[in-house]
Amino acid sequence: MAEAPDRRGAVIRVTGLRNSFGEQVIHDNLDLEVRRGEIIGVVGGSGTGKTVLMRAIIGLQRYDAGEVEIFGRRVSGLGELEELELRRQFGVLFQNGALFSTLTVAENIEVPMREFYRIEDRLMDEIAAYKIAMVGLPPDAGPKHPSELSGGMKKRAGLARALSLDPRLLFLDEPTAGLDPIGAAAFDQLILQLRDALDLTVFLITHDLDTLHTICDRVAVLADKRVLTVGTIEELLAFDHPWVQEYFHGPRGRAALAGAAAAGV
Amino acid sequence: MPDDQIPTAGHISESQTNDGGRTVHLSGRMTIRFIDPISRRLRELETDPAPLTIDLADIERIDTAGAWVLYRTRVARESAGLPFALTGASGKAEELIDQICSHTKPVKIRPDLTPGFIRTLEKLGGWIIFSATTFGGFLSFLGLTLVSLGKVIAARRAFRWRAFVNQFEAVGVSSLGIIGLMSFLVGIVVAQQGAVQLRQFGADVFVINLVGRITFRELGVLMTAIMVAGRSGSAFAAQIGSMKLAEEVDAMRTIGMPPIEVLVIPRLVAAVIAMPLLAFYGSMLGILGGMMLTWVSLGIPPATFIQRLQEVVPLTDVWVGLIKAPVFGLVIAVTGCFQGMQVRGNAEDVGLRTTAAVVQAIFLVIVIDAFFAVFFSAIGWN
Repeated sequence: MAEAPDRRGAVIRVTGLRNSFGEQVIHDNLDLEVRRGEIIGVVGGSGTGKTVLMRAIIGLQRYDAGEVEIFGRRVSGLGELEELELRRQFGVLFQNGALFSTLTVAENIEVPMREFYRIEDRLMDEIAAYKIAMVGLPPDAGPKHPSELSGGMKKRAGLARALSLDPRLLFLDEPTAGLDPIGAAAFDQLILQLRDALDLTVFLITHDLDTLHTICDRVAVLADKRVLTVGTIEELLAFDHPWVQEYFHGPRGRAALAGAAAAGV
Repeated sequence: MPDDQIPTAGHISESQTNDGGRTVHLSGRMTIRFIDPISRRLRELETDPAPLTIDLADIERIDTAGAWVLYRTRVARESAGLPFALTGASGKAEELIDQICSHTKPVKIRPDLTPGFIRTLEKLGGWIIFSATTFGGFLSFLGLTLVSLGKVIAARRAFRWRAFVNQFEAVGVSSLGIIGLMSFLVGIVVAQQGAVQLRQFGADVFVINLVGRITFRELGVLMTAIMVAGRSGSAFAAQIGSMKLAEEVDAMRTIGMPPIEVLVIPRLVAAVIAMPLLAFYGSMLGILGGMMLTWVSLGIPPATFIQRLQEVVPLTDVWVGLIKAPVFGLVIAVTGCFQGMQVRGNAEDVGLRTTAAVVQAIFLVIVIDAFFAVFFSAIGWN
């Protein structure tokens, strides 16, 4: 990256990351920096390892080489307590919500609170109720089980669980995939609002060009086993790489751009 | 960020003001981590008649949990008509409280509770309806399966050979080891216990009658059926159940592959064919176990054992075992597949259904075995 890295500003710093599955190398010498308070979008073709990168950062995936730092602390080699301490500072929304299917929505939201802190049940219920309202779930969603929810509601419930401990760092894996356009736009607005209200830093994997245009401060492009470039949409529009050009100047890219321009974003 | 590593806990302290009111000073972090004691104290103060002032000037950080507690206290005080003031709130804190404000609507957290008596009645009724529908569902499933089987036999639909071979391997070949070992051990136990009792009458040699007849008629096939129910009935339920959860069964339907034909028939045929083979094999190893024990402990040589076996065990005993076996195979396969098809909702249901498949299969096998016993003695195959 061209700009001088600001040590205090970097929430996530990935350097020289290498990931592979057997013979197949997914990432090689990958660098990425996520700044405090930004919403960074991660894009890339299928199979470029967007999810693998996220899993490596949140410690679900062992990497072969390189270093991942979150809040300035190296993630590898942490003690058990330190790792827990780190983990409660971020929330993760998995692609399909990954709600615990045997618990109700409210219980799902309370799981992290129960796991980490001693809080009286009444307060936990109040907080869960507030989170349910905050992510825009209907008021009767609390006692429902995940199997009774639609896809969009599952994502909202997953987001509510991810926000349960008021994390400062939020990982979202394709949050708007599978939502109708209205629902997706509402979800975009929700993430934007939450970022502003809760001072979140958001790491967002998406294929949704509208999401990129609407809410991302910067976009990182994954290609050729590394982060090809990071920049604002305007910078990427001018970036000279066939995949990037195809991505942002293809028919869908142009439509999203026109939509964003019309909306005055 | 070093400040993350040494969090300053949230503190609550109180002082009296000159006008008899109370000021609550909050300091440090008012985050979810430290909120519990603060929340408890403020809840107590909600109904306190003295004027309440909460001072936030020394708050280091506040999150939505902290903001919620403040908001809750304010609303409770205001709706009770009690004086309340919030001082020293930073812009950030105000913003968060406003944020909460815009998201408060009554939200249901727990399912509605009904009184205990009615709940018991409800449970009982639910259980009866559930049992009746399950029984009806089982019968219709059995009928559907038999009709599909008829179509396959009449060659109006293709038989899935490859699936059949795979299932036959899983049900039959892979279980040879465990069924053989178990039958062998049961044979030893029966012979040993029989020998102890019969020795009192000097009738040691009747151990051969005992082992031979009980193994061929009952134990060989029953132990095999229980093992197959535990191994394969559960596997059928879990496999089909997971496929149902992943919508694979629905996908089959839309492609035009009837799930009964693709999933159930091969398993059913595999179990029906494998069961008599396994039962015969199990019986043989049971006899072998009995023979080993009588040789070692009673000194009856194997040649004598076999000769006597031929004299005392009528051929009908072997038939009794072999006729029952395919019926047991059918029951096990149909129960397992039926329970698998009933899975809906979540992973827990797969577990429940798998358990139900094994328990019901073993139960049905034993019930049917009792009917067979009556039937065979009625036709004179004693």
